[in-house]
Amino acid sequence: MAELRDLVKRKFGASVLDTHADFGDQTVVIAREGVIEVMRWLKEDPAMGFDFMMDLTAVDYLGKKPRDLRFEVVYHLYSLKHNHRIRVKAPVGEDDASLDSIVSLWKAADWFEREVWDLYGIVFKGHPNLKRILLYEEFVGHPLRKDYNIRQRQPLIGPEN
Amino acid sequence: MGVEVTERNIESALGDSVILTQVDKVIGWGRKYSFFLYPFITACCGMEFMSVAGPRYDLDRFGAALPRFSPRQADLLFVVGTISHKQAPILVKVYNQMAEPKWVFAYGACVCSGGMYNNYSTVQGIDTILPVDIYVPGCPPRPEMVYDGLIKLQELVQNERSSKWPRGKAQYEPKVKR
Repeated sequence: MAELRDLVKRKFGASVLDTHADFGDQTVVIAREGVIEVMRWLKEDPAMGFDFMMDLTAVDYLGKKPRDLRFEVVYHLYSLKHNHRIRVKAPVGEDDASLDSIVSLWKAADWFEREVWDLYGIVFKGHPNLKRILLYEEFVGHPLRKDYNIRQRQPLIGPEN
Repeated sequence: MGVEVTERNIESALGDSVILTQVDKVIGWGRKYSFFLYPFITACCGMEFMSVAGPRYDLDRFGAALPRFSPRQADLLFVVGTISHKQAPILVKVYNQMAEPKWVFAYGACVCSGGMYNNYSTVQGIDTILPVDIYVPGCPPRPEMVYDGLIKLQELVQNERSSKWPRGKAQYEPKVKR
């Protein structure tokens, strides 16, 4: 049987930038424009059946060239029906840090996307309620970005310590 | 309209008279064996606090066994666990709601100094927002350290002068009102 990553590549060859299976983890890297299309197929195709969005997070590769590869949004999907997993990565640029929301497919993605917005400043287009979830609304910037100054303080209360 | 008779007025009129220091000693003796603590527990130090308060180490031996879950009925604020900037206004509100006299016990490294969290989210020691009487560092502190701190607090309370009270509100107010 063909590996999952090969099935994705066969179906969405134009969107798939790279695939690998390091340590046995099926991984596909797709262009951000193709995210919603690939994810819908992964969810709705009976042979894929990814009904469980386990995790959604982001990584900041500060200094990576070119600049439109700075961030990577990472999805982990699991199929309860077939007991298989896949990891989907989508590179996102520094200047236009945005991609499509997948809340319309998995409701669970709602708070995950808010968290990524809160801490990395990546906009999820089409998200129903994209606002900060962990930090307070007056907070300026996104502290898990690698260029957020580690000494920068902006407390809601108390001295600048 | 006469002068309001309070401990403070009497003390300022009489100075360090023998009688009042003896009264302070008796009051302090009473207070130090009947702390009503309010556990403000936010993080992993809470696990160690359970051990402190439970039967094995037995907080009741020091007369501080009964936690009050309303700050208005408590006189010892146990701040146990990391305080984030988002949590800080709540802590200040709890402190301000407590009736005087009141004491604050900083339990664990995070509460004393921010501990290992020197970052955008963590208050670098609660003494930056309210007065602290006893610092017990440790990550988390052993129950023996907490008892050492509690006994030192008892000494402090025993030797307190009534002129120390009231201590007033916490030194910081939230910049953002909710």
